[in-house]
Amino acid sequence: MSASSASLIRRPVPRLINQALPHVILSAYTLFALFPIILIVINSFKVREAIFSVPYQPPLPGTFDPVGYQTVFSRASFQQYFVNSFIVTTASLFLILWAGSMAAYALSEYQFSGNRWLGLYLSIGIMIPIRLGTVSILRIMVGLGLVNTLAALILVYIAQGLPLAIFILTQFMRQVPRELKEAARIDGASEYRIYWLILPLVRPALGAIGVFTMIPIWNDLWFPLILAPGDATATVTLGAQQFLGQFVSDWNAVLASLTLAMVPILILYVLFSRQLIRGITAGAVK
Amino acid sequence: MQQPLQRKKPFPFHILVFLAPAVAVYTIFMIYPLVDSLRLSFFTQNAQNIETFVGSQNYVRLLTDPLWAPRFWGAFRNNFAFFAVHMLVQNPLGLLLATLLSSGGRGRAVYRTLIFTPTLLSVVIIGFIWQLILNPLWGIARGLLQVIGLGALFKPWLGLPETALITLSLISVWQFVGIPMMLFYTALIGIPDELTEAARVDGATPWDIFWRIKFPLILPTVGIVAILTFVGNFNAFDLIFTVKGGLAGPDFAADIFGTFFYRTFFGYQLQLGNPTMGATVAAMMFLIILSGVLLYTLVWQRRVQTYEL
Repeated sequence: MSASSASLIRRPVPRLINQALPHVILSAYTLFALFPIILIVINSFKVREAIFSVPYQPPLPGTFDPVGYQTVFSRASFQQYFVNSFIVTTASLFLILWAGSMAAYALSEYQFSGNRWLGLYLSIGIMIPIRLGTVSILRIMVGLGLVNTLAALILVYIAQGLPLAIFILTQFMRQVPRELKEAARIDGASEYRIYWLILPLVRPALGAIGVFTMIPIWNDLWFPLILAPGDATATVTLGAQQFLGQFVSDWNAVLASLTLAMVPILILYVLFSRQLIRGITAGAVK
Repeated sequence: MQQPLQRKKPFPFHILVFLAPAVAVYTIFMIYPLVDSLRLSFFTQNAQNIETFVGSQNYVRLLTDPLWAPRFWGAFRNNFAFFAVHMLVQNPLGLLLATLLSSGGRGRAVYRTLIFTPTLLSVVIIGFIWQLILNPLWGIARGLLQVIGLGALFKPWLGLPETALITLSLISVWQFVGIPMMLFYTALIGIPDELTEAARVDGATPWDIFWRIKFPLILPTVGIVAILTFVGNFNAFDLIFTVKGGLAGPDFAADIFGTFFYRTFFGYQLQLGNPTMGATVAAMMFLIILSGVLLYTLVWQRRVQTYEL
């Protein structure tokens, strides 16, 4: 693009290679990244024989067969799993953003003693995985009578998501101009009202955190397996894991359930890939 | 605590209100369980759930008892191998892809978005997808190898004890390469053009520009990627559990700390769960992860120069 004219005259062929090579490697890798996913999706709509005889062919009128999906919906409570995952993910997300933004506001706005220590305390969870406390988490949930409830999962996911959310939101809230808050204070706004006024200003951060906190919650296997393994509370990830374990030999059903479990995340990605990518980079670089 | 500031202002209740929900949930469901798990690792529990303090007995058992030690050291070795594959394959590959993406050209946003797709999917799904692809019955992997004339190399890699762990590690690399790619990419596009342009004018080759200018500038990101990989790998569980079950067989060939921890405290098949030994395994994982994090913050972060760009 900005190669000097000298090199253009001296070696035009290597320059062409230099420009084409990245595309070749990147498209090859893209194919490698997507091929397995596409293969599963197209074969989930085919008759069993076609899955084996022509695996690379998309479903055609002669080979189309939704039997896998019929099996999945008749044998497993996938609708229930989707509802469970949806409740757990949205409730956790909403509560993380709510509690996290309030804490971040307090940490960024008020110079109380212990502010720095509290910030450090709240960021321990960024690096130390919550899974290591599972033995005691299970005991707490047994004690509270919350085993096999969605509430158990939501509480754990809030605790898991808060540290990074608070950390990033604090950084963003520090950038909100002081004059804005002072002006509101002079106008007699309460502290709660000021928080509420600040919130829309950090909306990009809220969006980014929202999307990238959601993915690990939706995809988690560990806590559903331990805290809520019952069929009534199973999430999509756990439900798929158990269903797939039982139906290993029914290829149609396996491919259909894999596709079903991927669809929500793929839709979400198509809609929010920008925020998500921004969130991931903002989360780790800071 | 706020006495010196008490002019007219009453106790700042609003600060408490703002902080209370987050601090409470975080303390009860994250910090307390971590601390309580560490405490439990010094106790045993009998059938009546009565706890007895036993000092370091659980640790001695875990590290030396003929029933426990092979499993612990096996998981230890396997987990380091799992981590090594990520460091040697995933992160250099992520860096390569990021470098290509940042070299400009059309369609880089499309490549970036598409290459990142597997990273978002559940590890459970990825595990099953690769199980199907590597399954000799379906023959996809064998068929593809035959196309390039390497059909004879095909083996049921996931099933063989010698290759199970490395295959699983590579599946995990395939899934998560998007994260280092994205982080390196962000760091690379943050480097001002003037810096590389000046070197180019002076006749530096792209290779020189990368290793002499860009790489030193993104060293902080190299550290972040390494520590994130470390913590993620020593906390991994889902992929191995999905593909190999709780025993991570054959013969514990793919057993890492995550699966060992799960089996120990929750029980699996014939093995009964043992919360206090589970807490001991978790405490060892905690120590390993903590030493990695401390090494990173105390040694790497202090040594590596961060340039404000």
